[in-house]
Order: sequence, then structure tokens, then C-alpha cells
Amino acid sequence: MSAPAKEKAVTGIEQLEAEAIHVLREVAGEFDRPALLFSGGKDSTVLVHLAVRAFAPVAPPFTLVHVDTGHNFPEVLQFRDDIVERFGLRLHVAEVQDWIDRGAVQERQDGMRNPLQTVPLLDTITDEKFDAVIGGGRRDEERSRAKERIFSVRDSFGRWDPRRQRVELWNLYNGMHSPGEHVRVFPISNWTELDVWRYVEARDIELPSLYFAHQREVYLRDGMWLTAGQWGGPGDDEETVEKTVRYRTVGDGSCTGAVESDAATVADIIAEIKASRLTERGASRADDRMSEAAMEDRKREGYF
Amino acid sequence: MTSDLLRLVTAGSVDDGKSTLVGRLLYDTKSVLSDQIDAVLRSSEERGLDNPDLSLLVDGLRAEREQGITIDVAYRYFATAKRTFVLADTPGHVHYLRNTVTGASTADHAVLLTDARKGVLEQTRRHLAVMAMLGVPGITLAVNKLDLVDFDQATYESVRDEFVSHAESLGFRSDQITTVPMSALAGDNVVSRSDRTPWYDGPTLLEHLETVRPDERGCDVGLRVPVQYVLRDTDYRAYAGQVAAGSVRPGDEVVVLPAGARSTVTEVGTPDGPVDEATAGQPVALTLADDLPVSRGDLIAAADRVPELAAEVTATVCWLAEEPLRPGARVLLKHGTRVTKCRVPSLNARFDEQQLVLERDPECLELNDIGQVRLEVADALPFDTYTDCVATGAFLLINPDGGDTLAAGQVGDTLSAVTGDG
Repeated sequence: MSAPAKEKAVTGIEQLEAEAIHVLREVAGEFDRPALLFSGGKDSTVLVHLAVRAFAPVAPPFTLVHVDTGHNFPEVLQFRDDIVERFGLRLHVAEVQDWIDRGAVQERQDGMRNPLQTVPLLDTITDEKFDAVIGGGRRDEERSRAKERIFSVRDSFGRWDPRRQRVELWNLYNGMHSPGEHVRVFPISNWTELDVWRYVEARDIELPSLYFAHQREVYLRDGMWLTAGQWGGPGDDEETVEKTVRYRTVGDGSCTGAVESDAATVADIIAEIKASRLTERGASRADDRMSEAAMEDRKREGYF
Repeated sequence: MTSDLLRLVTAGSVDDGKSTLVGRLLYDTKSVLSDQIDAVLRSSEERGLDNPDLSLLVDGLRAEREQGITIDVAYRYFATAKRTFVLADTPGHVHYLRNTVTGASTADHAVLLTDARKGVLEQTRRHLAVMAMLGVPGITLAVNKLDLVDFDQATYESVRDEFVSHAESLGFRSDQITTVPMSALAGDNVVSRSDRTPWYDGPTLLEHLETVRPDERGCDVGLRVPVQYVLRDTDYRAYAGQVAAGSVRPGDEVVVLPAGARSTVTEVGTPDGPVDEATAGQPVALTLADDLPVSRGDLIAAADRVPELAAEVTATVCWLAEEPLRPGARVLLKHGTRVTKCRVPSLNARFDEQQLVLERDPECLELNDIGQVRLEVADALPFDTYTDCVATGAFLLINPDGGDTLAAGQVGDTLSAVTGDG
């Protein structure tokens, strides 16, 4: 690898990568037990790649954590395990089903399990004594996320209080917290969906096949194409049809919708996002539609 | 450093139409997607409004929507064919100045708004002072709501002249200042040129933002790499950090501070492997020829341009906490990657940003005050002045009890340029 010339223009992607690496190294330096939330989705996969690059040639000093709703796509779980093995990382899985079985959380009427992740996540943070939890949240995802700091202190109940956020100046991140509190850290805060895909292209990052156009049996519910699965669908009055689709986000199968798309390569996807008139969450997340402040309310409770 | 990414901060007073301007920029650059527009249409209708309220695109918190004001800084992203923008949209209310400081600390350019009917307000002056103190490399004044004064040229010019003169008193050069007459509500001169301002031949706001080349923030001090983390493997030991200033090549002589030990760089590692040279902004992992006790908090600096170690400094601070700063306060100071105990033996001056004068020996600094203080740190630190190098001249003051950030700090006297003192 040759050295960059002094006059070389630094592109947006390189600046965003440098910022994320700086943040990840600050976490490693400031905290005793940092964890990185990894679901196998594109944002957290990019985070893992950034972490590997930030500490190369040494392994990143983060435990990976996945809160598995039990409604995940099998190919995503396989992908998650492959990544963990390829980079020689540690993975801690919290199964939401265990919390349901113990009666610590209740299955919802609508079958959605995304909102059920909060308690298992907070319990895991407490039990494993994690003092920093790194996530792939981006400020462009949603209006209340746009207000999130890169280092975000949570109280001992895991709550986010938007009115009491710390100032965040220059690149001096303040990770101080009291016992029982922890800090959520968002190294790719300033990335957009398009930046993530440009990075995936630039660094040749592998992602679950679900992100690329494929044939799939789906049914329509509340204007979204859902995949049949153990999460309760299709209902008696819902008809299954075969469509060419892909996923823009991969979360809980009960509330993550597929979009009709022929985009089969990263380049196709970049072209598609540039032309898209829908945000990633608007297009594919049913849980954000529950109310105008759905995300803010869940974040206040400790959700990501 | 040239870049296709521009970091912006917006600031203005309450009700000057800032959220509307940001909404307009997002809307007219087609950075708002139809589901977000639908949500705004829906909310506007629920509120019984006749026209969609573009400010709802940006006011994201419950309390903000309930009160109709912006509370916290929000980050927005938009792009044109020429450039990508990260915009820190900050609140206008005086109580939340700390969020303006947050957004401005990393900004390449500031957009200040004023209502054409009101001209340069107290809050405009306060925001300008913050931008001047932080050394924001360029500012644009958007003279908004021009539709409410019938696009009157004389009104615009009088606001412009007052603003430019005030900004120049604060140390901005005339080539760092731009003013644009506009109506954010109607879209005049924001993205598209308006035919209602035939007397104006300058750029639209967006045209200016697409082409402005802000001065690089001063950083002519030689190599500076705050050590973030030590990378260790069986026979590998490297010091990870971001090049804060200067450049580094294998063979360069360096000094590790505060201990002062000297060594030579043997390898400049990066995420893509070893390179011949790394420059400011790049993440590196430096390997040294000698086995020195280097750890997080240390600073690796050019051996021929070593920063001065100081246990006592004069500094400029913007106080951001509800509880005032009084002489004798004990706090923590974060400089680079090091946190040190710190005492504030005396307050030298409080800056009156309305009159542009220094009030000597104030009793305290209150929330949002800018002032000059003496600081004593428990361990001597390698400081540069903020005007020489932002990365090694900036610091935070932190509350040792809750951990909250109390102040934005700068080594040196960044106020004298403003007041003509010295």
C-alpha cells in the first residue's frame, strides 16, 4: 500500500471512517468492559469491520452482543456466526425467548418482538457489567436519533433523557459515568444509509443475502411485504405471493418489511437508494409507525 | 485539506425561522423523502395548519413539537452533486447556547440567521462571539423573512452592514463573511435564485455553501498524536491515535510527553497496513525504536517542535453548566486523551459580548458566559495555544462528581483579538 499524497482530497467516506475509528479507540481506552451490539445487519457489520480495522493487527477489545428476538432470519444468524468465527471474536447472545419463558417480559398481542428487546438488553448490560455499549445507530434514521450524542450516558435504568445530554465538543468525548450507569456509543452517527453502502462497496464487505434482490414468498400487512414465519403470519385473510424483493434493514421478522427491488449488487443498491423516495425505516419498519414519537419513547426506556 | 464534506452549524434567535430554513434546505435539495413529508403533512393537518410546517421535519422531540421550539442540537445530512453536508442544527433559545457551542466546535462554516425586520440582535452577537472564540473559519448571515419587508434593498443592506461591522470587530476578516438576502418560507435565494431580489447579484445560500473553501483551522505546530490505546501482541507494540496535526514518516524523531523521552518512529501503521507517510486526520498506529513506557494519555510530538509543558495556564472558557464557576473550583480537565485534576485559582475576566469589552475580576462565570481564567493542573501538560492548534489547544472541564461536561476550554487568550486588549 503506497502512502497517500499530501494533496490528495480526503473524501467524505475517509473522514467518516477516521471519525469512527477515533471513537472506537476512545471507547477501548476509556472503558473497562465495552461491548459492541452486533445483529448481522449492515450497520453493525460495518461497525465490526471498523473495529477490526481500528485495532489491526490486534483483535478488537470488544465483546459482541446480540439480543436475539427469536424472530430473526436464519441466514442472518448464520452470517452473524460466520463473522464471529472469521475475525476470532467473542459473542454473547441474549435470547428474548428466555426472558419470555421466565415471565420477565410478556409476548405482545401483535406478535412483534422488537419492543421486547429492551429488558433483555438492559439485564445483559447489568449482568455482564458492560460499561460501554457500542451501537450502529445513525442520526439520519429517525428524528429523535438525530438528537443523539456520539457518547450518550444512560442512567442505572438505561434511560435516555434528551434534555440532559452532555455537550459534545471537538473530538473530546467524555466517557465519565457513575457506578450503575453506562454509556451508549454511536461511532457511525454521522453516516447516512448511502454512506454505509458506499463503505460496503469501498471495503468490499460481505452482507447477508437478504439485502440483495431475491425471489421470496411474502404477504401484505399494513402496506408492508412480510415473510411468512414463526412470528405469526400470514393470517387467514392474508394471501401469500411470490415477489422479487430485498431488505433495507434486517431486524425482527415480525415488523421488518421487504421492498420490491431488482437491485442484486451493491452498485445496484447504491443507485436504488439515490433514487428512492422512502427512508429506510419508513419503508421497512412497522414498529416506528406506532406513534409520532415511537422511537423517542423506546429510547427513553433504554432501547437503542 | 480539501474535502467534499462540509460541516455546518446553524444558529439564530428564537422565531427567526431557522427550522424552516433547515427544512427548506433539506426539502429543496430533495433530501427529504416522501414518508417524512407525509409525516409532516399529517402532523400539520392534526395541528390544524393550512400549510405544511417545514420546521416539523427537524424538530424531533416530543417537547419540541409540544412547545414549538428547538431544544437540542440535531444533526442533518444532505448532499448535492458537488458536496455532502453534515449540518448541526442548533437551538436559538439563549438557555441552550451550550448546544450551539457543541455544533460550532467542529464546524467548517456557520450559518447565522436573522429576521430582516429585527436586524442584528443580542443573540446574534452572542452567537457571533461563540463562533469567533471557537475560530469557526467562515460565517454566512442569512437575512431572512425578506418577504415581510417587501424585499426592500435598503433594509437588507442596513442589516448586512451592521452584521459585517460587528463580525469584523470580533476578528473575522471580510473574506470570511458572506451575507444573503432570503425568505426561507417562500424559498427565495435559499436553493434557487429569487427574481424578487433583482438588486442582489451574489450566490444563493446553497451555491455559497457548495463552493466555500473554509480556511483550514490553524495547525502549524509539527506532529501531534495523542495516544488513545496501546496495541499489543506477542512481538508487536504500537501506539494507536489520530494524527491531530502535522505528518509522520518512518525515521522521524519524536518525543513522548509528558515524560519527555525521545525515540524514532520505525513504522507508521494504518488500517491498510504500513505507509510511508500519514497526515492530519488519519488514524495511525506508531511503532517506536525504543522500548518506552508509553500509555494512553501521552502525546507523541515532533522532536524538533515540542509543545511546552505547563502546570499553569491562562485559558478562555465558555461556561456551560447551570451552577456558576467561582474562583477556587476543583474540576477535571480533559486534554487530548488525558484527564487531570485541575483547580481554578482565579477568574481574570468575563467577556461582555454585547459591548465587546472585558469585565475584570468577575465574581463568577454564569451559564453561557465566556471568560478568561487561570488554571492549575496536577500534572504539567503539553499544551499548544488554541490559535496555534485546535487539537492540542482545546480542553474540557468536567465535574468530578457527576461527570458532566462543564466548559469548553481553550489554552491562551482568544479574547484579546476581539477586545483589542493584549
